[in-house]
Amino acid sequence: MPNKDVELVSLTKRFGASTAVNAIDLQIAEASYCCLLGPSGCGKSTTLRMIAGHEDASSGDILVQGRQVTHQPPSQRGTAMMFQSYALFPHLDARDNVAFSLRMRGIGKAERNRKAQELLELVEMQDYLSRRPHELSGGQQQRVALARALVNEPSVLLLDEPLSALDPFLRIRMREELKRFQRDLGITFIHVTHSQDEALALGDQVVVMQSGEIRQSGTAREVFETPANEFVARFIGGHNILVSDRGPVSVRADHLRLAPGAAPVPAEARALTGTVGAVEYQGSRVRVTVAEDAADRRHVAELEDRAFFAAPYALGAQVQLSWMPADEHPLAAAGG
Amino acid sequence: MRAAPSPSLHGRFDRLLPYLQIAPLALVLFVFLLIPLALIVVVSFWDYDSFRVIPAFVTFNYTEMLGSPTIWRTMWSTVQFTLITLAITGALGFAVAYYIAFYVRSPVMKTIFFMACTIPFLTSNIIRMISWVPFLGRNGLINSMLMDIGLTAEPLDFLLYSRFAVVLVYVYLFTLFMVTPLFNAMSRIDRSIIEAAVDAGASPLQIMFRVVLPLTKTGFAIGSVFVITLVMGDFVTVRLMGGGQSASTGLLITNQISCCNILPPAPMRSCSSSW
Repeated sequence: MPNKDVELVSLTKRFGASTAVNAIDLQIAEASYCCLLGPSGCGKSTTLRMIAGHEDASSGDILVQGRQVTHQPPSQRGTAMMFQSYALFPHLDARDNVAFSLRMRGIGKAERNRKAQELLELVEMQDYLSRRPHELSGGQQQRVALARALVNEPSVLLLDEPLSALDPFLRIRMREELKRFQRDLGITFIHVTHSQDEALALGDQVVVMQSGEIRQSGTAREVFETPANEFVARFIGGHNILVSDRGPVSVRADHLRLAPGAAPVPAEARALTGTVGAVEYQGSRVRVTVAEDAADRRHVAELEDRAFFAAPYALGAQVQLSWMPADEHPLAAAGG
Repeated sequence: MRAAPSPSLHGRFDRLLPYLQIAPLALVLFVFLLIPLALIVVVSFWDYDSFRVIPAFVTFNYTEMLGSPTIWRTMWSTVQFTLITLAITGALGFAVAYYIAFYVRSPVMKTIFFMACTIPFLTSNIIRMISWVPFLGRNGLINSMLMDIGLTAEPLDFLLYSRFAVVLVYVYLFTLFMVTPLFNAMSRIDRSIIEAAVDAGASPLQIMFRVVLPLTKTGFAIGSVFVITLVMGDFVTVRLMGGGQSASTGLLITNQISCCNILPPAPMRSCSSSW
C-alpha cells in the first residue's frame, strides 16, 4: 500500500472493564472506499468514532495522511463525520447547516453563503436552501448532511450507518450516489454498516469485525470468495460451512448441487444427504435449506430458478447435496 | 344487501364529536375563568361606600387610578422587579440546566441535583423568605463577616428591607421554575447534534450560544410565563423583604383589600387614602 489515508496502530478502546475495540491494526489506502462491517456491538462504530475524535482512544495511534491525530480535536483531524440520524441543526435551514462550521471560524456571511450554495449544488439540493430539516425528506436530509460534512474539504469522510434510516429503494439509490461522490471527490470514505450487501457493493476494502477485533480485511471479492474463518463466512452470507477431509471448509451456496436422495454421487464430488427444510423463492433464484441427516446442521443451496422449477423439490424430500473439491475454501479455526 | 346506518346521522355525530371532546375543559374555563373575569370588569364600574358596593355605572375607579402618579410608579416598579428577576433567573436557570443536562453524566446524579433543587420547596415560601433575614440584617451573618474581614467598616444597609433583598428572594424562589423547563428542552436535544457541532469546530461557548440556546427557546418561554406571573402577582415578598421601602401592584391590591376594606373595586381602583 503506497499511500495511506488512514492508519490505525494497535488502537484500543476500553469502557470500564469491557474492551470495545481490542488493539486493531488497519491501513486504508488513499482515496478508497472502506467499509467496516460487523454485527452490532462488534466495535465498528466505536472505531469510527475514535477516528473522528468523538471517542478517546484508550491506547494506540490514529494517523490521517501520515499525521498523528490521536489526541487532536475532531475539527483538526482532516476528517468529517456524517451521523447516523444526520444530526442536522433543527433551528437552521439547509444553507446555514452547511455553513455552520464556516460561521464558527468567523468567515463572512457572503463568503459562507457562496460556499454553502456551491456544496448544496453538488448534492443537488440548491432548490432547498432555506428549508429547515423537518421540512425535508430523509433522503434530502442526508444530502444536506453530506454537504455539511464536505464543507471543510476533509480528506477522510466518516459515515456512521448512513443508509440505515432510508427505505430500501432510496437506500440503493443513495448507495450508488455515495460511491459516485467518493470517486468524484477523490477522498477516502469510511463507512460503517451491518449490511453485507452494502459493504460488498461499495467497499474497495471490506473490514469484517467481531468482538472488537478485525476478522478479515481485504477487497470485497477477497472477503466474499475467500473468507478467512467461519465467522466471516457466516456473516458475509451465501456460504455453507462444511466438513471435508481437509477440515472445515466454506462452499458458496450457489456452488452446491442438489439431486434426489438416491442419485449416485458425481465423480470426484463430495456429498451428504438430508431433507428439505425450507424453500424460498427469491425471483431469479430459489433458496433451498437442507437439514443434514448425519448431524444437526442446516445448509443452504441457491439454485437458478429455471433449474429448480424444471425439477422442484418438495418440503421433506430426501435430497443429496454435492460439491466439487475445487469449490471448497479451507477455513482457519474459529476466531483465527 | 343490509341497510347501512343513516349516513347523515353518522356524519352529524362525527362533526359533533370534537366539540363534545373539548366541552368539559371549555366548561371549566368558562365557569372558573371567564365568569370571574367578567364579574371583575362589571364590579369595577360600580360605586361603593364604607360598607357595601352599590350597583351603578361610574368611571371614577378608572379615572382615579390612571390619574395617580403613585399607581404608575408602583406599576413601573413591578415591571422593573419582573424584568430584573426574569433576566437573572433566565441566566442562572440556563447555567444550572446546562450543567445538569450536559455535564452530569449519570442519571443518579441528575436526580440528586434535581432533588437538591426541589426539596426546599417542601417548606413554606414564607419560612424560606424569612430565613434570609438573619443573613442579610444589619447585624446579620453577611454584614458581620464583611466587617470581620475588613471589607466594610459599617454594616451595609441595602442588604435587607430593600429592592435588593426583594430581587434576591425572587431569584432564590423562582429560579427553579426556569431550570425545569430549560432542562426539559435541553434533554430533548439529540447528543449527535452536539457532536456535529464539535465536528464542525464549534467551541464550547459557541455550542452553548449557537446551538443549545436557540434550541431551548420554548423552555425560556415556559419558564418566563411562570416567573412573570409569580413576580407580578407577588405581595408577600415585597412586604417582608422590602420593609415598606418598596411597592408592587400585588401589594397595593392586598392593602386596598385588607387595610382599607374596599373589597370589590380594589383591583381596578386607584390609590386609597392610605397611599
